[in-house]
Amino acid sequence: MMSQWKDIDLIANEVNSGKTTALSLVEKSLATIEDKSDYDAIISVIKDRAIERAKSIDARIVKGEKVGRLAGVPFIAKDNMLTFGSATTAASNILKGFVAPYQATVIERLEAEGAICVAKANLDAFAHGSSTENSDFMVTKNPHNKKLVPGGSSGGSAAAVILDMAPFALGTDTGGSIRLPASFCGAVGFKPTYGLVSRNGVIAMASSTDVIGPITKNVRDTAIVMEVIAGQDTLDSTTIKLDSYDFIPDKYSLKGKTIGVVKEFEGSDISKPVQTKFGQTIETLKSLGANVIEVSFPLIEYSLACYYIIAPAEISSNLSRYDGTRYGFSDSKATTLEESYNKTRSLGFGREAKRRIMLGTYVLSSGYYDAYYNQAQKLRTKLIEEYNQAFKKCDFIITPTAPDVAFAIGENVDDSMKMYLTDVLTVGASLVGIPAISIPANVGNSLPIGIQIMADQKHDADLINFANALEGSI
Amino acid sequence: MKKNNSSNYFPTIGIECHVQLKTKTKLFAAVKISEGDIRPNIATSHICFGMPGALPVLNERAIYLGIKAAFALNTKPQIFSKFDRKHYFYPDLPKGYQITQFSQPIILGGSVGIKTNGENKIINITRAHIEEDAGKIIHPPGKDYSLVDLNRAGVPLLEIVSEPEIHTAEDARAYAQELNLIMRYADVSNADMYLGNMRFDVNVSVSKDQSKLGTRTETKNLNSFKSVEKAVEYEIKRQIELLESGKQIVQETRGWDDAKQRTFSQRSKEDAHDYRYFPEPDVPPVILDQELINKIKSEMPITVSLIRNKLSTIGIEDSAIDTLLSEIKVGNFMYEIVNKYSVHTAKKIANWLSSDVQGYVADRVFTWDQVKLNESSMVELAKLTEDNTISSTSAKLILKEMLLNGEKPVDIANKLKLVQLSGSDDLLPIIQKVISENPDAVADLVAGKDKAIGYLVGQVMKLSSGKADPEISSKLIRQELKL
Repeated sequence: MMSQWKDIDLIANEVNSGKTTALSLVEKSLATIEDKSDYDAIISVIKDRAIERAKSIDARIVKGEKVGRLAGVPFIAKDNMLTFGSATTAASNILKGFVAPYQATVIERLEAEGAICVAKANLDAFAHGSSTENSDFMVTKNPHNKKLVPGGSSGGSAAAVILDMAPFALGTDTGGSIRLPASFCGAVGFKPTYGLVSRNGVIAMASSTDVIGPITKNVRDTAIVMEVIAGQDTLDSTTIKLDSYDFIPDKYSLKGKTIGVVKEFEGSDISKPVQTKFGQTIETLKSLGANVIEVSFPLIEYSLACYYIIAPAEISSNLSRYDGTRYGFSDSKATTLEESYNKTRSLGFGREAKRRIMLGTYVLSSGYYDAYYNQAQKLRTKLIEEYNQAFKKCDFIITPTAPDVAFAIGENVDDSMKMYLTDVLTVGASLVGIPAISIPANVGNSLPIGIQIMADQKHDADLINFANALEGSI
Repeated sequence: MKKNNSSNYFPTIGIECHVQLKTKTKLFAAVKISEGDIRPNIATSHICFGMPGALPVLNERAIYLGIKAAFALNTKPQIFSKFDRKHYFYPDLPKGYQITQFSQPIILGGSVGIKTNGENKIINITRAHIEEDAGKIIHPPGKDYSLVDLNRAGVPLLEIVSEPEIHTAEDARAYAQELNLIMRYADVSNADMYLGNMRFDVNVSVSKDQSKLGTRTETKNLNSFKSVEKAVEYEIKRQIELLESGKQIVQETRGWDDAKQRTFSQRSKEDAHDYRYFPEPDVPPVILDQELINKIKSEMPITVSLIRNKLSTIGIEDSAIDTLLSEIKVGNFMYEIVNKYSVHTAKKIANWLSSDVQGYVADRVFTWDQVKLNESSMVELAKLTEDNTISSTSAKLILKEMLLNGEKPVDIANKLKLVQLSGSDDLLPIIQKVISENPDAVADLVAGKDKAIGYLVGQVMKLSSGKADPEISSKLIRQELKL
């Protein structure tokens, strides 16, 4: 499938040089969004503001001004990022119609380089899910087969990129929410090191693992977007500083690189086609001169359990603010404060949000805190140690991104355990805070399969280089 | 309540104090704190409103003040401290949780010295932690709705928790007052009671067995020293009466009704919140730099207890010391005076400030803010009285002028013609006139009736419009009469 979009830096060059206009790009993007609306990837379109911004960029270029390295490049933001020009809903009824009073740092950074946000993508409400079926508004369809899910929670963003609605999209990843939909849709999805990209203005899911990252058609585009959005932010105290923000891949040889394969994932519930493709990928790596070794994570089998204690704990806390008193949905029939809280939250939150609030409240309750939350935190510390040990032996760790290809819409909705198991391969990197990327393996006409590569903390540039070198060979 | 019963009980009191840290902006938002402005929600931002995506950013000044508070409380700050979330739903709490230091506070330990009835006592501090304040709920009378004002939401507080080592209402009040002075002298807080910068919660229990604590109640939100004392007094009495009538104390939170001067039940232990504390993931732990700690320690202002000891050593009475210390600039001023000048001079100045000037302030002649304290002027004034250049009555007149307009005492004395006539050149003509005009009194004096001298000196004072030095006048009269 040929894309109508060139690589991001080429698009920006054409706008900056006057070869094309930002307006024509925005119009092309908006037309595609309109054309592919039956995939339900988009919650709202930022039409007026996008056109206005495109015109002003074009006017500046006519005047001879240099606009920026993303001049006129349209993009789509997951609808849990606060933007001007349309509502920001997190795909939840409790925030339906919420107009943000400020923009997320990531949006501000992209706009400062001339990028134009044209639409807000669908997601599992508050990013709780692996399929976008938990959106309170609609289920996004997989671009390869409308009966299948696109993965989640950034399903709208990944589908939009593959549906060619814009050259790139932004997603958020808390336990795999960028990588999984990238895998199911056949896109590149990058989860940076925790703290590399500001979370300011992004609706929190689990604050200690939430990251923002790009979903693109290729690794190079990911690198360009990362160079713009990465960096310390005074508005997010958990952001970190890197020595270099140079992510653009260069000549890179896989020769002599040591790649770890996780022993514990062998023979686990990974589907045949995924196992086959993963096996071929390992062979390719070897043939390219990489040294493939086995690394063991004795505790990795507990990582999913650990994640589903820590994440709901933080979720239950982060969702406390949606109480109907200051913004968002409020049940007007309530006559007392308590009734207002109860009704607003009962009607405003969907099933999955409620499930996670209950779980999180439980694990933080006095009498259970030590048995659950505290244990999970200890386990998390141990997991970090295990990953640190592993990265002493290898440069990268490679796994499939998901145990299987995209599943059918409705297939897992009544089995939340099965749904949670979709995250088994991705939550580790989230708990540990390391960078991880999912790149699509060539599967011909079959459903996309993603290969996940992880690197040690702050080795984002190395990871991008590696993925870029491997991309196209698998 | 019969006295013989109450004396069998041993009250134990622990006090939690919330003191507002003196920062320009809020604890987690770059929003200027508004005080005394009644317009609601003017000092707010998306962070104060708990908007989606809003993240807290720690105000480093609050940590700086926390370090100062540690030294002011006779301890050291903790190198590692961190913030936690404390959850409950209420409209004054926009995020649904308060950010506070639960498990690892910035201060562990410390002490406060108090003095009651001439006895010095040490009250130990359990801990002190930094946290954000909540907003305010307003219930308009006669309306079926309430309003929320978030100006106060996110204002930094230091919560200081004492050990349960206080045993009388009087000591509870003394502790509260001393804590107030400590925070003000250390410049950690304005600690303005009127603005609600300092609020107290008192935990009170009584027990017949001194080695065992009774069931306690917590009376919350006391905003004056008097209410601290009265609430403790009331609780002790109430609890003893309950126990004496065979009833039990319920562990509960109580409020204070200032109009009725009594505590009332607010919520029992069974209704207590489960706050579901856990580490705040948006605010990294605070790890203090030893150099910064050293720097702050070296810059600590003189402590209130040091000034108190100094003043006490030279023999100033406790009540006068309390008066002097109640105004920071007066306390610090007196510290300098005691260090540099004679006990006599220092006591004279202390007396002026604690009685005369305090009197003017009490009578609203002027406020302490208007008072200009100048060391050299004050000492000069003391000297003028010591060498009899002016009378002590005149000194008080000069003092008032001097403190208000900053003029030199000599200039004021000359301007107001208050310099005493002590030289014989000035006094003799007056004395001769008095002798010639009062032959009866002179005869009495000559006849040995010493009482008459008073009358004659009085006449001299009258003729000199009060400027004559009475002692010298008396001597000169006797000299003239060759007595």
